[in-house]
Amino acid sequence: MTPSWTSRRRFILRGLLGGAGIGVGLPLLDAFLDNNGEAVAATLGGGRLPVRFGTWFWGCGMIPDRWVPKSTGVDYDLPPQLAPIKAVQPNVSILSGFDVVLDGKGNLPHISGNTAVRTGAPADIWQAIQAPTFDVLISDAIGAGSYFRSLDLSADGDPRTSYSLRNGSSLNAAIPTAAELYAKIFGGDFHDPNKADFKPDPRFLVRKSVLSGVGEQRRALAARVGVGDRARLDEYFTSLRELEGKLALQLQKPPPAEACVIPQAPGRSGGDLTDVDARRTHHRIMAQLLAMALACNQTRAFNMVFSTAASDLRQAGDTTGYHQSTHEELIDRKVGYQPTVDHFATRSMEAWADFVSALAAVKEGDGTLLDNTLVVAHSDVSYAKNHDVSGIPVMLAGRAGGKVRTGRHIRASGEPISRVGLTMLQAMGVPEESWGADAMRTKRPVSEIFV
Amino acid sequence: MSRLIVRLRRIAPLVLAGVVAAGGGAIMLRAANAGEPQETAPSGLRRLTEAEYRNAIGDIFGRDIEVAGRFEPDLRVEGLLAVGASRVSVTRGGLEQYEDIARNVARQVTDAGRRDKLVGCGPSEEDVKGLRCAHAFLTRIGLRLYRRPLARREADALAASAVDAAGRLGDFHAGLAAVLAGMLTSPEFLFRIDGAALAGGQLDGYAKASRLSFLLWNTTPDDELLAAAGRGELDAPAGVVRQVDRLMSSPRYRDGVRAFFTDLLQLDELGALSKDTLIYPAFTPATAEAAREQTLRTITDLLVDRDGDTRDLFTSRRIAMTRELGPVYDIPVRGAGWYVHEFPAGDPRAGLLTQASFLALHAHPGRTSPTLRGKAIREIFLCEKVPSPPANVNFAVVQDVNNPTLKTTRARLQAHLDDEECASCHKRTDPLGLGLEQFDGAGQFRATEHDELIDVTGKLDAIAFDGAAELGQRLHDSPEASACLVRTAWRYANGRDPRADDLLDIARLNRTFVGASYRFSALMRSLALERATDGTPAAGRHAAGGKASKSAGKFS
Repeated sequence: MTPSWTSRRRFILRGLLGGAGIGVGLPLLDAFLDNNGEAVAATLGGGRLPVRFGTWFWGCGMIPDRWVPKSTGVDYDLPPQLAPIKAVQPNVSILSGFDVVLDGKGNLPHISGNTAVRTGAPADIWQAIQAPTFDVLISDAIGAGSYFRSLDLSADGDPRTSYSLRNGSSLNAAIPTAAELYAKIFGGDFHDPNKADFKPDPRFLVRKSVLSGVGEQRRALAARVGVGDRARLDEYFTSLRELEGKLALQLQKPPPAEACVIPQAPGRSGGDLTDVDARRTHHRIMAQLLAMALACNQTRAFNMVFSTAASDLRQAGDTTGYHQSTHEELIDRKVGYQPTVDHFATRSMEAWADFVSALAAVKEGDGTLLDNTLVVAHSDVSYAKNHDVSGIPVMLAGRAGGKVRTGRHIRASGEPISRVGLTMLQAMGVPEESWGADAMRTKRPVSEIFV
Repeated sequence: MSRLIVRLRRIAPLVLAGVVAAGGGAIMLRAANAGEPQETAPSGLRRLTEAEYRNAIGDIFGRDIEVAGRFEPDLRVEGLLAVGASRVSVTRGGLEQYEDIARNVARQVTDAGRRDKLVGCGPSEEDVKGLRCAHAFLTRIGLRLYRRPLARREADALAASAVDAAGRLGDFHAGLAAVLAGMLTSPEFLFRIDGAALAGGQLDGYAKASRLSFLLWNTTPDDELLAAAGRGELDAPAGVVRQVDRLMSSPRYRDGVRAFFTDLLQLDELGALSKDTLIYPAFTPATAEAAREQTLRTITDLLVDRDGDTRDLFTSRRIAMTRELGPVYDIPVRGAGWYVHEFPAGDPRAGLLTQASFLALHAHPGRTSPTLRGKAIREIFLCEKVPSPPANVNFAVVQDVNNPTLKTTRARLQAHLDDEECASCHKRTDPLGLGLEQFDGAGQFRATEHDELIDVTGKLDAIAFDGAAELGQRLHDSPEASACLVRTAWRYANGRDPRADDLLDIARLNRTFVGASYRFSALMRSLALERATDGTPAAGRHAAGGKASKSAGKFS
């Protein structure tokens, strides 16, 4: 498997960074290119700042009448479940009315919707997906040049909680706790980009050359396995080359990152992370660490899962969790909705607001880290009670370095949600004219968001 | 032939979606047996599971070497990690983890306290740079790590690389550690590579050694097995038999049995299991760990120490017990450590289904789930496939635990069994799970729910039972259950689902098992012998088995 999207063009950035004239090898960010291949410079700050991309996921959707704004365009109204995003509303766009088109396929609860948003076609099981999830396509395109091609995170403590897959049996496992995230980013391999002196550490060179030796086994190994196993070996060797590339980066002085501040190590995450309060706290700490990882140029792509598909959230002491409530709770006739479900959906939006705020809190250039980022948030269903996959809620945050307009509500009327995936690919410079499969194949991005 | 249905069981949240939804929801039963025949070429590339990796490091370098770090998650396919191991590769994030773990292991192996014992040489006057020492060490360790001898060229390159690295780092042992870390990161170590998958491929002695060792000991082959392979002894049936006998009479055979049942019963999931401590204060993470160990000890007591009838796992009143589990079982626990407890006749507890590991794993964090438990019985012990519920289901009545008129779970479930669409599947799962309702979500006994006596009568297909012990007896007596165990053991050993031309082998294996009074050792022995002859030319294959008749090839 040698997809074209692994190609890594590089260019030399010469300029005044951090006051010193230096020449540093940096990858050419496709995001700097418009569709004609012309450079569209992000003009914030003293130099070009990288544009980052990420996803944010929460399970069990929302109650449409209490989430979808009535008005469209800028200054949209905030229904009760969206009230928590008030402080960050100018940075957040709402995309409503985008559907998963089942086209005769079954609706497998909490899987069809999620696979369709992520891969552009619904599947019965994750193992049957026909394409990588779109975040993988994007991180392949933009992730080079930072230490981690992508940081895949889950706030629930379980590394298996990830909706980022290269194929059905290749899951990008999550870093599941704040402590592990900290160790991963700011641990032994970390180079402070703002440190004045830099001396290449021979240990990285040795590691790299040892791995090159492993890579030389490729041909001999391929001869020892059947045809069906070659693709799996290829994936291994692609991962190996990637790791060699990372180690090569460690031998160069990292470009300065003015917003980079090494944070305090978090304590061990204790307690029952299925409890919504514990989860929110843990998620907020992880969001802040991620923001600093981005500011320190450790990664340009990320996935964050707040709660699992078919949400695992509960309130400690309740026999019934959020997910069960979505199906079992009777609609309170006085208010006209399921009160417990409403509560958890609102709590999920609080967490989303926490996440956006964490990125917005980091000053970068003349703006914030969020301005140089594009985040797409989505769930696995809209109305969870009957696993509705029409109108799955989507939100965008950040300006993608000035490429994207924010703070508006865009209402579609039953168009395929693959338009969102295509929009993300194009916003981040992945040269795809169409995306999705079968009834969800589309050539139409959500162009309203582009500047 | 209906298509193969595969589930990513290992990706918990995705599964959770289906599974949790099944807790009282409607499910439709697609007529299919787990792991039905597939026609694609079998894989000859199995990634080491985390347990296999850890055991290999412990065996090669010593149990005091700490294997620290998070592994790429293993993948469970149709109930087995062993099958998922033939599907997965190594992601970029996963390789970083492997490299991290490897460097840490290599550092320990070569550290000042261990190098004398584990490396045993260093630079000297005759060997100034230590090239000869590195060559000898890497050749010796390479055989163990790669489970085959290194070619001369390979060993030369590794030794040269070690000396080169030592020069750059100014430290011989640091250079050696760097190369060792590379070997531990290599696909030669991380995957079991089995030449039999090649067209016309033939198993060599080393591949046979790996197959035997991972099946019977769940670890990399020991020196003696590798030496036997090197001498060509595994090319002849008598040599294979000799090694199988040796491996099965060793205390390490217990590890092979434990590994199979860990995979079968998905006991690895207990590590991630959490219960609501407000509702089940007796159930802590330590309880989950003890419950796992209890089940494994109970199994090896019956199947290894006493070489008993495997079916008795469903009925035995003997159970391994330890202090941590006293509160869950509500019995006084004596002393420290493990001992065998025997429940009296008439006690509601008997067999695997009434152990805390099974009861807690197949339940919600704050309550029971007859549907999850029934589904587990159907899938794990009867090799049936229970699909996810359809999307549009009204669960309201089922899960209102405070319903004033429908006080018990059975009453609530019955209400939605009246719905025809739901009933088609719930009739398969719920009656079995309801038989276990006297055990709560943490596995503790209770006679009543909301002051109402819990009814635990039901039917396994046509045969009635009253309570968990009788349900266990029905499974004990079920030919489908014993055939399912044989089929799952075959899938476990082969790391794949059977193809049409494997069904005769499985049927023969089943006859062997029945003929041997259901002794698990007979099943493992047959599997081992078969695995060490599979892929070799006709001469050795099936020498002991005889021809299977056509009718026996039909899987029931």
